[in-house]
Amino acid sequence: MTTGASLAELVQRAGIVVCCGSGGVGKTTTAAALGLQGAREGRRAVVVTIDPAKRLADTLGIGTLTNTPSRIGGDWSGELWAMMLDTKSTFDDLVAKHSADADQARRILSNRFYRNISSALSGTQEYMAGEKLYELHEEADFDLVVVDTPPTRNALDFIDASRRLTNFLDHRLYRLLMSPTRAYLRAVNLAAQAFVRTVSKVVGGEVLDDALAFFSAFEGMEEGFRDRAARVQALLVDPATAYVLVASPRADTVAEASFFATKLGESDISVASLIVNRLHPRFGSGRAEADRARARTLAGTPLGSLFANLGDLRAIADGEESTLAELSAQVAPAPVVRVPFLADDVHDLDTLARIATYLFPAR
Amino acid sequence: MVSPGEEAVDPGQFLRASRVVIVAGKGGVGKTTVAAALARMAARQGLTTLIVQVEQASGLARLFGRPPLTYIESSLAPAAGTIAEVRGRTITPDDALLEYLEDHGLRRISRRLVSTGAMDVVSTAAPGIKDILILGKVKSLERSEAADLIVVDAPAAGHAITFLLSVRGLLDAVRVGPINAQARDVLELLTDPVRCSVMLVTLPEETPVNEAVETAFTLEDRLGISLGPVVVNGLYLPLPGLDVDPAEAADAAGVTLRPGEAEALAGAASFHRHRQALQEAQLERLDERLPIPRVGLPFLFAADLGPAHVDVLAAALRDEVTTLDPPPPETPPVPSPETTP
Repeated sequence: MTTGASLAELVQRAGIVVCCGSGGVGKTTTAAALGLQGAREGRRAVVVTIDPAKRLADTLGIGTLTNTPSRIGGDWSGELWAMMLDTKSTFDDLVAKHSADADQARRILSNRFYRNISSALSGTQEYMAGEKLYELHEEADFDLVVVDTPPTRNALDFIDASRRLTNFLDHRLYRLLMSPTRAYLRAVNLAAQAFVRTVSKVVGGEVLDDALAFFSAFEGMEEGFRDRAARVQALLVDPATAYVLVASPRADTVAEASFFATKLGESDISVASLIVNRLHPRFGSGRAEADRARARTLAGTPLGSLFANLGDLRAIADGEESTLAELSAQVAPAPVVRVPFLADDVHDLDTLARIATYLFPAR
Repeated sequence: MVSPGEEAVDPGQFLRASRVVIVAGKGGVGKTTVAAALARMAARQGLTTLIVQVEQASGLARLFGRPPLTYIESSLAPAAGTIAEVRGRTITPDDALLEYLEDHGLRRISRRLVSTGAMDVVSTAAPGIKDILILGKVKSLERSEAADLIVVDAPAAGHAITFLLSVRGLLDAVRVGPINAQARDVLELLTDPVRCSVMLVTLPEETPVNEAVETAFTLEDRLGISLGPVVVNGLYLPLPGLDVDPAEAADAAGVTLRPGEAEALAGAASFHRHRQALQEAQLERLDERLPIPRVGLPFLFAADLGPAHVDVLAAALRDEVTTLDPPPPETPPVPSPETTP
């Protein structure tokens, strides 16, 4: 993506838009608004959310989302689809696709260790989000895929998840355990045996047996997974994939956003745009300190209250701007888009359209 | 507010009600800020306080103007006169596991277990084990009386439920051995109101209110954990006079407004009134749906909070707590973990 392009250009041209940011900053809503704009621009857009609070469902006014996209009807030239990522079924589909036969798939799908992977192994959600994104973009012919990322601390976890997970599935320890006859491995294997004994002591042998049965059933599928993961990762770092940072103007979320931007930069990925939600409006151009001084002189009168309130609101608006200054400079030339505090929660397409007026101001 | 003569809750009694307070809430509601304010309130009441941070990304140390916390305890706010010290530390799963293994005579292989990624295999084989290790460490801090009050800055709401419910899941998955024993100990801690309670934090907005209600019921029904008052953060406080027209108010005060000033004052007043009306509606929804006491903390009109703000919130929390109804004289008996299904 060309750096410095406006959000409007972004939704017209990008193949994939990844929204990153910490929890509670309005990522889901922002992703939905970007998808909606894509549909208005005539694109076949799909919004993928991962949020367990089902907030996109609320935002789009649809009751439930499933692991396959549902079409949302509306008055636009393109198409708008939405879905909520189901990590487990995405993984199940992947297993079915790569297994040699129905028996191998069944052995894996019924294994307890496998069933735990989607809920307990960190990075699985990110991995499956990447996988789903690839599937929607490459195989289901969506021309704009907007994804609301899991609340990962590190944006790179998302990009790197497929590689880390394939390494896990191809676990070295397991290979050692399963090849006890190779003489040259014997020494290492003693350590592996000690490991197994220890783990059995801590969590019980039954639990470990499940894990070993899983890795054994998985044998032969590593290559397919690895190959697929490499393609997913290539798509995530492709120039047509745009990363949008979403933040609220508070020091802590700004610090998180800055951390994200730094990590992306380390992988030569630039931030396409910074969207700041929930900004306080600035009333007039006077100074907060002067207002507060007058409020003190006029304390106890209605005018005193009016000045105290004006001073408070000017102080927070100025504080928010100065908190954002450094981050804005860090992501330059990416545009910084400001969305003010909205009166109501966003729960339908009308309110979503109002957000769009801030994200995509009329030229 | 409590009128004179009426019996009020004593802040010290409130703070001593349970030795561990887990502060939980959806991302962005100010959970960490409330944890800091609660700790500082306790310290001002003379209670030594330890804040435990379980997620990497937390602005906790920043709120106290200190460098990021580590697994080793450090001071966040020093003792001064009658004010006790606030200390802080992190408990990450990897560190907790290392310590656990070392305590169980497995020092030799412990580093390798973590560095080879074998921990991933273990935590997938026994989901919830990481959470148990963290909560197990909290339990041992509580048992060793590490501080008068331990405040746990819990993971964001969705994850807080998983985090706390992991105990029950793990008891099913791991039926014997030290991890099972650990999970039993943790469950005992979580379900004993004298030892542990959860303080939910929310904002006076629709989605955070929904989420707080849902979290409260899930934790109470499925875990039997005791809930403290729900904290509504970021409240716009009422300001008498905001509905007066600025020009009239100026006339009444004998002040001449500069050009544009009346518009700015009116715009700001209308913004405040509007937010306050929205917040009243949400507080009403919260009271309707969540029948537990609530306390409110003011919005501070600052984007970057520091130690001075934490003190303002600690004082506000103290004032709010004194307005709560006093607890019933006798705490009802709590079912032991063995008898709950």
